[in-house]
Amino acid sequence: MSDPFHPLNRRDWTWQPAALTPDYKTTGLRSPQRPLVFFENTMSETTGPVFGHDLISDLDNNLVLNFASAGGEALGPRIALRGRVLDENGRGVPNALIEIWQANAAGRYRHKNDGYRAPLDPNFAGCGRTITDDSGHYVFHTVRPAPYPWPNGPNTWRPAHIHFSVFGHAFAQRLVTQMYFEGDPLIALCPIVNAVSDPGAVDHLVAKLDLEASTPMDAMAYHFDIVLRGRHATPFENHSRGV
Amino acid sequence: MAGDRPLKESPSQTAGPYLHIGLMPEICGIDGIYRADPGAVMVNDDTLGERITVQGRIFDGNGDDVKDAVIEAWQADHAGRYQSGSEPSDPNFVGWGRQAVDPESGFITFQTIKPGRVRFDATRFQAPHISLFIIARGINIGLNTRLYFPESEENATDPVLALIDDAKRRDTLIAQKDGDLYTFNIHLQGEHETVFFDI
Repeated sequence: MSDPFHPLNRRDWTWQPAALTPDYKTTGLRSPQRPLVFFENTMSETTGPVFGHDLISDLDNNLVLNFASAGGEALGPRIALRGRVLDENGRGVPNALIEIWQANAAGRYRHKNDGYRAPLDPNFAGCGRTITDDSGHYVFHTVRPAPYPWPNGPNTWRPAHIHFSVFGHAFAQRLVTQMYFEGDPLIALCPIVNAVSDPGAVDHLVAKLDLEASTPMDAMAYHFDIVLRGRHATPFENHSRGV
Repeated sequence: MAGDRPLKESPSQTAGPYLHIGLMPEICGIDGIYRADPGAVMVNDDTLGERITVQGRIFDGNGDDVKDAVIEAWQADHAGRYQSGSEPSDPNFVGWGRQAVDPESGFITFQTIKPGRVRFDATRFQAPHISLFIIARGINIGLNTRLYFPESEENATDPVLALIDDAKRRDTLIAQKDGDLYTFNIHLQGEHETVFFDI
């Protein structure tokens, strides 16, 4: 339902990370200290940019190939990531733009600010995007990223993860998050993950191995659903549809 | 109310320091995958409305520039209509833009048009504004704020600005105008902390 006259459900802030989470040190100087100011959604929040499938080229969702030289492929464990973008009402969200970025299979980002000693893969950039189908389904083909160290503490390691940026149909649905891999012992130790205080909420960020969906002798499959805020069944109060 | 929802919103996580790779690969040297960085250009020759430049810096609690942030802008067209709104909008204007802070200068710049006033309800309008979504390393969940225009008489009756009693805080949402250049600095913390919204 993309009707701009229907406001979004109010965000459940107990489920979302606080702005200041001291174990993740960079939040110390970058977290607002005053309460957020709430207001009921207006048309400015219930609308959002519309992306067409014509934005996307064939290889945009294939990180194994989209930066590779002719005949080349990215190195690392080949995986397919599949899932759906849904709203809180359980409806698939069609035409949702998903953008992802990740380190390579050695744990190195193709970014000038990443100084980790692990090597770049000349055939891997680490970005991909797609737009969901009519029922909200998406798929990415990539390689599993490695964990890597980061300077939050003397010996802190990020669990293997893939960054996700998702657009629904409303600017208030905008979501940026990270996806982790089932079974990774670093998940429970990570200060960024633990910015989310509810373990049940963290579980929503963990992709599950889906052996049945795997391609034998080619790629393992992981399943990861993303849930965006849903809309109220009742439209704006006092809003004239004629204008 | 929350109990009525069959599913829970996915939790947010920081975009981290390498967000450019996924959101604007061309500016970090990853060419040739996408046709263009999405949102990098907001207007074309046929877009209707007054051309403006919005420029600003983002400061942390020490007053240092946040040089690895990305901001997305969402706005109505010159007549106050949204692309996915209730009436057809300017076909030459999506109204969505995305820019990164320039790591050298600390400035972030949007070339766009001045939006029209947007309907609030059957009888009232919102003052012209641009909605902003700010993500960066150290920001666990994207920050929402709004930019208003100092010359707009409608600011005095804007229903969102009216929620902020403290005039000094309200002023954090109002850009400074110098010709067609609007300066809008964002303070994540401190005495001048920008008003951020729970939308």
